[in-house]
Amino acid sequence: MSAPLLVAALLDPGIVTALDAPRWTGLLTAARAERLIGTLAERLRGLAVPPEVAAILADASLDAERDRRQALWEIDRAMAALAPLDCPVVLLKGSAFAAAGLLAGQGRAIGDLDILVPRDRLEDVEAALLGAGWEWVKPDPYDDAYYRRWMHELPPLIHVERDRMIDVHHTILPLTARPRPDAAALIADAVPLSGGVSVLRIDDMLCHAAAHLIADGDMAGGLRNLWDIHCLLVEHGEAAGFWAGLEERARHHGLRGPMRRAVRLSHRIFATPIPADWRAGGTLDGLFAARLLARTSWGREARPLLRFGFYVRSHLLRMPPLMLARHLWTKWRKGYRPVG
Amino acid sequence: MRHRIGLAVGPATFRIGSAWRAPIDALERLYAAYPPVDLDRRVPDFTVRLQPTRPWRRLIRPSIAIAGDHMLPDAAPMALDHGLLAAEMGMNLQMALGWRRHVLLHASCVERDGKALVITGESGSGKSTLAAMLGERGWRLMGDEFALLDPVAGTVFAFPRLVSLKNQAIEVATAGLPPERLGPRLEGTAKGTIRHLVPPVEAIARMAEPAIPRLLLLPRFGFAEAHRPVEQGEAFVRLTEASTNYLALGETGFRALTRFVREVPAVALDYPDSATVLAAVEALWSEVA
Repeated sequence: MSAPLLVAALLDPGIVTALDAPRWTGLLTAARAERLIGTLAERLRGLAVPPEVAAILADASLDAERDRRQALWEIDRAMAALAPLDCPVVLLKGSAFAAAGLLAGQGRAIGDLDILVPRDRLEDVEAALLGAGWEWVKPDPYDDAYYRRWMHELPPLIHVERDRMIDVHHTILPLTARPRPDAAALIADAVPLSGGVSVLRIDDMLCHAAAHLIADGDMAGGLRNLWDIHCLLVEHGEAAGFWAGLEERARHHGLRGPMRRAVRLSHRIFATPIPADWRAGGTLDGLFAARLLARTSWGREARPLLRFGFYVRSHLLRMPPLMLARHLWTKWRKGYRPVG
Repeated sequence: MRHRIGLAVGPATFRIGSAWRAPIDALERLYAAYPPVDLDRRVPDFTVRLQPTRPWRRLIRPSIAIAGDHMLPDAAPMALDHGLLAAEMGMNLQMALGWRRHVLLHASCVERDGKALVITGESGSGKSTLAAMLGERGWRLMGDEFALLDPVAGTVFAFPRLVSLKNQAIEVATAGLPPERLGPRLEGTAKGTIRHLVPPVEAIARMAEPAIPRLLLLPRFGFAEAHRPVEQGEAFVRLTEASTNYLALGETGFRALTRFVREVPAVALDYPDSATVLAAVEALWSEVA
C-alpha cells in the first residue's frame, strides 16, 4: 500500500531522500492516482531527488500552474457572462482556493469551475451562461430532470470553445440527502474578492468540504479532499474562537457529525493539530481511514469489499431506499453499470 | 500486478504491469533490442496496467482493461489475445495525455543526414506505412506515432515504439522482413488486423539522437498523385490538431509550433500507391535537403 507513504511524504518531505526506486515509483503513482502529485511536487520543492523523479515533479508543477491559470481565467470568463445579472456568485472548491490564495490551493489540481448562486436566480444564471457559449454536456432527459429536481447543482455545462466545464450549485448537498445546509447563509456571509466574485467563509469552506467528503459520495479520491481540510485547519485553526465557531456553524448547517468526523480523520491521517474535545468519538473512523488509504503502489484501489460498502453507503446517503431502487432500475435499463 | 516489465522508448520510460503472463512475454520478445529498464534501480515516467475488467475476468473469459497513470474514462475492454496491442495503447495513452517535456506531434518521422522528415495526417493517410517503408530504405526510422518537438532547441526527438501496421499495409510494409521482427497477427481489433513491426536495429540504437526538422509532409492515400505547398497558417493549424499536449503546454507550445512552421516548409501530397509516394518523397526531399 502506497497511500500511507504519500501521506508521510506530504507531512515530512525530508523522508523522501531515503527512498529507493521502487518506493519512489509507488509514491509517485499513488500521488498521481489521488490527484495529489502537484501538491507533492510543491511540498518537495528544493529537496535533492533522483533526476528522473525531478523531471516528473517538474511536469506536475507545470500542470498545477496551468490548472491555476486556467481556473482564474474561467472565473474571469464566467464573471464576464454573469456580471450583468447583479447576482451573487460564490466560488467553491479548487477555484476558490486558487482565487483566495489559500494554502489548500498550492499545487492543487483544479478541474471544473464550481460556483454557488441563489436558487431563485438559477434560471437567469443558466440563461446567461447558455448565451455566452456554454452548452449542456449530457442531453439525456432523465438525467436532466433528475438533476433539476433532486440535485444541488444544474447538469454540467461545457464551454463550446474552451472545452471547460462549469457546475452551477444552489446548495452544497443533494436535496435528497438528510442534512439541509443553509444555502442562503452560505451566500449572505461569503467573503468578496476583487472582480465581483466571492468565496465562502473559512468555516463554510470546511462545512462544504466535510459535506462533500463524509456526507456525499463514496470517498473515491477523498484523500485530496481531506488534504484540503487539513490545509484549511492548519492555516486558520489558531485564530481566536475558531473551533467554537466551526462547531456552531456546522451545527447550523446540520453537518455537525460529518464535520467532526472530517476533523478527526484529518487529525488521524495528517496529524492536524485539533483541540482535545474534538478528538472524542469516532468508532468507525478506522474504516473511513482505511478507505481513504486504499491505494497500492500500482495506483490501484485495494480492499474491494470495503470500497463496495462505501459505494452502497453513498447511495443510501444520497436518497431514501425506495427512490434509490427506482433510480438504479432506470439507470440499469439505460445500460449504466457501476465501475468495479 | 502479477507480471511486469520496464521499457524505454525514446526519452520516455514505462512500467507495465499485467494480470497475465502473455502480454509481458510478447513485449519481452519484441522489445529485446531496446535498452533495458531495471525497475529496481530506476523510476519510470509512467505506469501502465493491464488488469481484468472484473475480478473474475482474469480467468473466466479474460478481458483486459487498459489503466495507468492517465486513463480514458470509457476505454473499450480488449481480448487477452490482443494483450500486446493493449500494452501499446496504454503506453501511447500515457504519452498523449501525460508527456510535457516536448510538444507531442501525432506524426511519423524519419531522418537522414541529421535532418528529419515529419509526416502527419489523419488515421488512414498512410503515415505509419510510409515511415516503416522509408525506415527499410536508407532512412532512420524515428517513430510511426509520435514526433517529439523540443521547444527550446527546435529539434525533434524519436519515439521509435513498435510500428503498428494495419490491414493491407501489413503486406506492403513487411515484405521480405524476417519473422523475428514481426509480432503476432492480431485479427479482429477495433481497427481491423494489426501486426507490429520491430524497428531496424539502427533506429533503436540511435533513438536518443535528435534531428533538425527539414520538411513537413501531409500525405493522403487513395488519390491521384498531386502535391502542393502548404502555407504557414494551414500548417500551424494542422500541427495544433495533431498535437495532444499543445494546450497543456500553453505559451511554450505556441512558440514551438510557430517557430516550426516558419522554419520548416510543408507539402501536401496525394498518392495512389506506395511506389508513387516513395518516389515523390525522394524528389521533394532533394529540393529541400
